[in-house]
Amino acid sequence: MAEGDLTPMIDMAFQLIAFFMVLINFAQTESNDRVKLPSSQLVKPPEAPLEFPIILHVAKDGEIFLGGDSFTAETLRVGLNNEIAVIKAEGKSVKDANVVIRAHKDTAAGDVQEVIRVAQEVNLENFALRVKEDRS
Amino acid sequence: MKIRNREEGQETQLNMTSMIDIVFLLLIFFVMTFKIVELEGDFSVRMPLAGNDSVAMDSTELPIKLRMRADELGRLTSLSLNEIDLGQDFDQLRGNVISLIGTTTPVEGDDGPEIEIDTDYNLRYEYVIRAITAVSGYKDGNEVVKLIEKIKFAKPRR
Repeated sequence: MAEGDLTPMIDMAFQLIAFFMVLINFAQTESNDRVKLPSSQLVKPPEAPLEFPIILHVAKDGEIFLGGDSFTAETLRVGLNNEIAVIKAEGKSVKDANVVIRAHKDTAAGDVQEVIRVAQEVNLENFALRVKEDRS
Repeated sequence: MKIRNREEGQETQLNMTSMIDIVFLLLIFFVMTFKIVELEGDFSVRMPLAGNDSVAMDSTELPIKLRMRADELGRLTSLSLNEIDLGQDFDQLRGNVISLIGTTTPVEGDDGPEIEIDTDYNLRYEYVIRAITAVSGYKDGNEVVKLIEKIKFAKPRR
């Protein structure tokens, strides 16, 4: 039986695998499909990851996502209390936690302020407004 | 003893089929999970609850107040910095901030000027970020010059 030479094809296939393996980034799993961040020229990707991040996604209609669950501004306190319990179980105080707010660019600013207000009521005080880097 | 089926000089051929199957499976997996990384960064806002704020208030002079007004659709209609109307011009806002804090050198530590952003409830978050960008610094070539690093929000307006 006549067989074609498979070597170049396998070479190419491995090249492609190596390329995609190097570029893959599993850390991006914190993003949410319903959130499109605003952009700013001033931000730089942080050199060190934040300590104890609590990532809140705020969708356009003001719905808040925390770790796969959906909350409103009124019920968010329950979710935050769970996060705080985890932080306290690790022997750290609430003040060490960082609340990362990833809000959609067309969200009402008041909804974001409500999120901050609820977080303040449970004594969280470090906030980070996540934005996309604009390199233009 | 006679060994059957032995032929001198026969070339052994690896069966490639299974390897190629696996290679393509891997390739498809990586292609599917591939996503172009968008670089993201943070504006940090330190906002303790208002109760313990009064102590911190004494150390800074007058906080700079930025008022942002919106129409019903959430579009920005006007900006005003310490009651000075600036229209919708973020560059002018930056200019006014520079003249207000008097210097473009960043102040070390917690003693820098503080800005309070007071925005209409339905204003789009994008404009707030643009305002924060305008007041927190500007780009000079590749260097970022910092202006105000302490940002806080006023009480939400309903």
